[in-house]
Amino acid sequence: MGFEHDSPLVRDADETNERRPGTPRRGTGFLDEPPTLRTTPSATVGPYLAIGLTWPDGADAVAPGTAGEVWLRGTVRDGNGDVVPDAVVETWQADPDGRFAHPGDPRGSASTPGFRGFGRSATPGGEFAVRTLKPGPVPDGEGGLQAPHVDVSVFARGLLDRVVTRIYFADEAEANAADPVLSALPEDRRRTLVARRTEDGYRLDINLQGDAETVFFAV
Amino acid sequence: MTGTTSRLVLPRYLREEDGHRTPVASDGYRSTALRAPLRTPVDLPHRLTEVTGPVLGEDRVTPGDADLTLRAGGEAQGQRIIVFGRVLDSGGRPVPGALLEIWQANAAGRYRHVVDNWPAPLDPHFDGLGRVVTDSLGRYEFTTIKPGAYPWGNHHNAWRPAHIHFSLFGQAFTQRLVTQMYFPDDPLFGQDPIFNAIPPAARHRAVAGFDLGRTQPDWALAFEWDIVLRGTDQTPFETDDDGDVA
Ligand SMILES: [Fe+3]
Repeated sequence: MGFEHDSPLVRDADETNERRPGTPRRGTGFLDEPPTLRTTPSATVGPYLAIGLTWPDGADAVAPGTAGEVWLRGTVRDGNGDVVPDAVVETWQADPDGRFAHPGDPRGSASTPGFRGFGRSATPGGEFAVRTLKPGPVPDGEGGLQAPHVDVSVFARGLLDRVVTRIYFADEAEANAADPVLSALPEDRRRTLVARRTEDGYRLDINLQGDAETVFFAV
Repeated sequence: MTGTTSRLVLPRYLREEDGHRTPVASDGYRSTALRAPLRTPVDLPHRLTEVTGPVLGEDRVTPGDADLTLRAGGEAQGQRIIVFGRVLDSGGRPVPGALLEIWQANAAGRYRHVVDNWPAPLDPHFDGLGRVVTDSLGRYEFTTIKPGAYPWGNHHNAWRPAHIHFSLFGQAFTQRLVTQMYFPDDPLFGQDPIFNAIPPAARHRAVAGFDLGRTQPDWALAFEWDIVLRGTDQTPFETDDDGDVA
């Protein structure tokens, strides 16, 4: 990588990188020593989330009318194959340059005008829809790149915690093949994360259970 | 910064132990049966997407959003209460600028939601929605009314203990939290599978404390509830070595 930066998240290669023995620098986040405080336990969002979690512009990860906007759509289904009409799907992603609308991005916050990178959609009829831009590749932190992807949280009645997945893009076959997350999955399960092109964007259904259960991640 | 090959130094968000975090499914809560994924989730190492998150601040909130008792030109019915506390991370650091969204039933236990139609009255001056952003010390405060218990169809004579739903964004995707705050000594705790899905060691952290000191004479009872999000193994957004803060 050769980007200019002044982010505190970046250390130059010639600086030391002190590690505590046995502690991964970056990893799964399992506790290896007691925290100062225990975290607040999660709870289901319940059936009435629409009161608290709907915004007029919730679906707009990018401002309407932005050049290159696409719709990310999909249907959330339960173990019977029935649609889940009372979920909320949240998305978080980089812009087309692979940068995040967040002060911690080492290359500077995303500069695409109108780009929030966060979308939130209820699922009336089981379907979510987020207006966004297709993300670019994102550094993996070790000198390589991750394929374009979107992090997804699903909240619903019946889920006591959110479940987390990712959306990749079918028209990025080469990048997908090299992606460290996707390529670590069994081949027959990767397709549960890969959205296909549609007329106005991309589509990927989320199956909470069943033969085609989506790959969910522990973060 | 002169290096041409930079590697990213990313905070690692600690994951709470299983015995202290709510599992995604619980037998007593029937809706989980067809909805909670059955396969073991795959570990996702924290990279840039996971250690960043939406920046949602004051532009999401108007001053009146912190007072749920004055809506549609009148006063809500019920026991007026103040709910306040701090948002911290598990390292004990305040989380400033965090958007909190709350929603709750009215004093009679009814939500202003199209599928909630049990025979309790709606309150024209209560919509049950509040939003605030934490201050520089991670503090938040709402004025609202104590929500009522409400029946639901999970099991025979099932009632939810009084609770307020909370949604929080921290500073990273990994810190996202949706939860529920309960009130002390609720007689309905014992039969509620959603409360009891929380591991026993963690249940007290879902219950607010009554605070006489913050209770306002002749006006409102006060309840304190601190919310702890996942912390990191290092201070995010500072360098490890020289302490420079960008
Ligand atoms: Fe509720």
